[in-house]
Amino acid sequence: MAARGGVGVEADVAALRAQFAAGRTRGAEWRAAQLRGLLRMAAEAEAEVCRALHADLAKPYTESYVHEIALVKSSCRFALKNLKKWMKPQKVSASLMTFPSTAMVTAEPLGVVLVISAWNYPFSIAAGNAVVLKPSEVAPATSSLLAELLPQYVDSTCIKVVEGGVAETTALLEQKWDKIFYTGNGKIGRIVMASAAKHLTPVVLELGGKCPVVVDSNVDLHVTAKRIAAGKWGCNNGQACISPDFIITTKSFAPKLLEALGKVLEKFYGDEPLRSSDLSRIVNSNHFNRLKKLMDDENVSDKIVFGGQRDEHQLKIAPTIFMDVPLDSGIMKEEIFGPLLPIITVDKIHESFALINSMTKPLAAYLFTKDSKLQEQYEAGISAGGMLVNDTVVHLTNQYLPFGGVGESGIGAYHGSFSFEAFSHKKAVLVRGFAGEAAARYPPYSTAKLKILRGVLKGNLGSMIQAILGFPRGK
Amino acid sequence: MGRVAPSFEEVGGKQQPAVGLGETVSRTVSELRVAYESGRTRSLEWRQSQLRGLLRLLAEEEAAAFRALREDLGKHHAEAYRDELGVLVKSANAALREVWVPLIAFPARAQLEPQPLGVVLVFSCWNVPLGLSLEPLIGAVAAGNAVALKPSELAPATAKFLGDNIGKYMDATAVKVIQGGPEVGEQLMEHRWDKVLFTGSPRIGRVVMAAAAKHLTPVALELGGKCPCIFDTLGGSARDLQTAVNRVVSGKWSSCAGQACLAIDYVLVEERFVPVLIKAIKSTLKRFFTDSDHMARIVNARHFQRLSGLLKDTSVAASVLHGGKLDAKNLCIEPTILLNPPLDSAIMTEEIFGPLLPIITVKKIEDSIDFVKARPRPLAVYAFTKNAALRRRIVEETSSGSVTFNDAVVQYGIDSLPFGGVGESGFGQYHGKHSFEMFSHKKAVLTRGYLIELSARYPPWDGSKISMMRQLYRYNYVGFVLTFLGLKK
Repeated sequence: MAARGGVGVEADVAALRAQFAAGRTRGAEWRAAQLRGLLRMAAEAEAEVCRALHADLAKPYTESYVHEIALVKSSCRFALKNLKKWMKPQKVSASLMTFPSTAMVTAEPLGVVLVISAWNYPFSIAAGNAVVLKPSEVAPATSSLLAELLPQYVDSTCIKVVEGGVAETTALLEQKWDKIFYTGNGKIGRIVMASAAKHLTPVVLELGGKCPVVVDSNVDLHVTAKRIAAGKWGCNNGQACISPDFIITTKSFAPKLLEALGKVLEKFYGDEPLRSSDLSRIVNSNHFNRLKKLMDDENVSDKIVFGGQRDEHQLKIAPTIFMDVPLDSGIMKEEIFGPLLPIITVDKIHESFALINSMTKPLAAYLFTKDSKLQEQYEAGISAGGMLVNDTVVHLTNQYLPFGGVGESGIGAYHGSFSFEAFSHKKAVLVRGFAGEAAARYPPYSTAKLKILRGVLKGNLGSMIQAILGFPRGK
Repeated sequence: MGRVAPSFEEVGGKQQPAVGLGETVSRTVSELRVAYESGRTRSLEWRQSQLRGLLRLLAEEEAAAFRALREDLGKHHAEAYRDELGVLVKSANAALREVWVPLIAFPARAQLEPQPLGVVLVFSCWNVPLGLSLEPLIGAVAAGNAVALKPSELAPATAKFLGDNIGKYMDATAVKVIQGGPEVGEQLMEHRWDKVLFTGSPRIGRVVMAAAAKHLTPVALELGGKCPCIFDTLGGSARDLQTAVNRVVSGKWSSCAGQACLAIDYVLVEERFVPVLIKAIKSTLKRFFTDSDHMARIVNARHFQRLSGLLKDTSVAASVLHGGKLDAKNLCIEPTILLNPPLDSAIMTEEIFGPLLPIITVKKIEDSIDFVKARPRPLAVYAFTKNAALRRRIVEETSSGSVTFNDAVVQYGIDSLPFGGVGESGFGQYHGKHSFEMFSHKKAVLTRGYLIELSARYPPWDGSKISMMRQLYRYNYVGFVLTFLGLKK
């Protein structure tokens, strides 16, 4: 799909608005049909998608399957299974104050929503919205595949893919949306929110941060090393918002941890990691150069204790571990988003808390320990989007846990029912009858009326009865 | 009576900050951060003590509160109790009862832990100045945050009341009242907050959100809109008609003289029914508002000018059926009814926020649905009808913050119903448990053990590992086990 300018985008949005206003996206049947279409697409186009991801990122097939295909499929299935339940109005208790009455909360779609670079668009459809998807231009093969495939599987009058870079994204952000869902970095997140402000559009921002991993000495070392390695290098080679960014452990434990990580990495990627097909490459040369700069910083390059190999031609960087880089170095100030793993050592494990709290709140915080007290303190003392103990990344797959950031790592949460809610408006509906007229609420006001009102608002049953029976009489 | 200085609204936050103001605001913000970081606001005891303090304040200083509201808005104390104090007492008691602070069931496998966001800012509004300051405050402290409260300078007596009393009844280092106008608001928004709740006009809502974007501060905006009231024929019952009209009149004029985001803005009714309706409204007005004491006045000269201005348009003036008397000295406008003012006039395109009620006629009552749909989404849609099919269509085809049938405004006091807008009427919801959630971060916490290790997730990968994962993702545990055991590919 060719890139378009502002006019094309405006026309697209207007068309989507018309479809939404006509009620096309509201019914459960339509929503279910789209979700089933997406499921079919994920199944039938699996090989093509994986090929595109490989072209964009040299992503190993398994990673693509697990992280992209399977996740989309399980999201679709979860949404299909729960659709009717989510769409059903929830009865809530009406207050005695408005007796007799019934109250409920009903979920309605927001309208026309913009989803930038996120794979959980199935839920925006489940919520009954018309959607524009703007895939990341940083993965061009995947983006054009999606643009080509999606219309074949879903109702393209209500679900559109708009491709492009800065110009197209800017044009999209100028339009009025009923919600904008953005995945990416804080700098662009601010731009998205500022554009949204012009139209009073609510946003969900899934941003990043430096996800810390605190490793206690009281752990199963081998499993810990495997899980850290899988979360770091097995996820797009560190290029994921929830990848472990850096490790904090005690000075005494660090050598053991390093050794365990080294063993695991050799097992995963062999002794020539740049040649392993299981390792993704860096997405493009911009990011490759950014990472190279972090590694080559003179205060950092001498702290490499494992790895360090890179191949500019292939845009590959091997898993690289650093020991005790300066806290003010680039690699410790920005989100790494790559296969570099600093280990910071402290004397006592509790010192890790102060270090983490001195940084902006991350999307995920990890802890490996068998010490339940430490775990409790971590949970209470660290603020992060989500927290995972004794593993990394997998909380992403739990459809019952909300996934989202806090502070710099983002606004809003999603996954499972939380996604459905993120794309819905929970409308309060109160139905009153005509009985139970309470004269006490109307002017002209009097002391007697005020007395009854006080009672009613305090939940005093006697007052409520009086109110309902129309006291004070005669006014 | 009413301030001369321009409001935050008027200037769009573009005043030059007074000397030293920046430092004062910065200092206040850092004090709040220090208070929050001390961890004090996280405990259940602290939260409960704040809520109890608030309840004591509302009990002990009730007379002063009534006086302040009378001074700011000419509000009768019954209205003040019904719409502000009474509701707050109810909310604070509910918050105390509910105990939303979770008992950390440890070790749980997957749980949601609500945590305070940190240091939050609440911008209140002048028309329900006590309610819109303290209702959010209840949620914010129940959720364990440190709070900065910025009351509206357009209701100065209430702002002073809050400034004088909050520190006495609550923890003054963690709950602060900040006074001032647009320049203070602007200074406050220069800082990063963990959440900002703004109640006010869409114009300033945009300014607040744009400022928040610089820091990625999450915001909730409670804005307004033109709340329509669809008035169906009620099957001929005179008693029900009177009940309905009582509620319409109350929903327009008894809510701060129509200066309320939830007030009925205009009525839609079938042509043939107009005479009956107007007659009933007029007689009810006479019964309710025996003297000016029973209806609030217009908040200040600027809004008085704005409202009189709405009536200046000749074709609008010609549509006035009842009322229209303006008393500039006392800032009083009598309840005014208009019949079919032009749809493109300001009174039909802007939120009225005053005691003027346009009645718009339609041929069939169902036509009102399209009328409402064609306009920006309001905070509330009201409909008086006994027709279940019409009710269903209204719920399904219109969009608004809330829908209330056969009454108006009362939904505000119901804890179980979320209160907030959609589209142009805003986003973010509170009241009851929703207040707690508005000021919390629901942190997902997942705990794993070491026992069950799934080697399939680790590289190097091969066909059987992929197969296993397929089974797992399909929740096909039997297939998974078979594959794991090598008995299936």
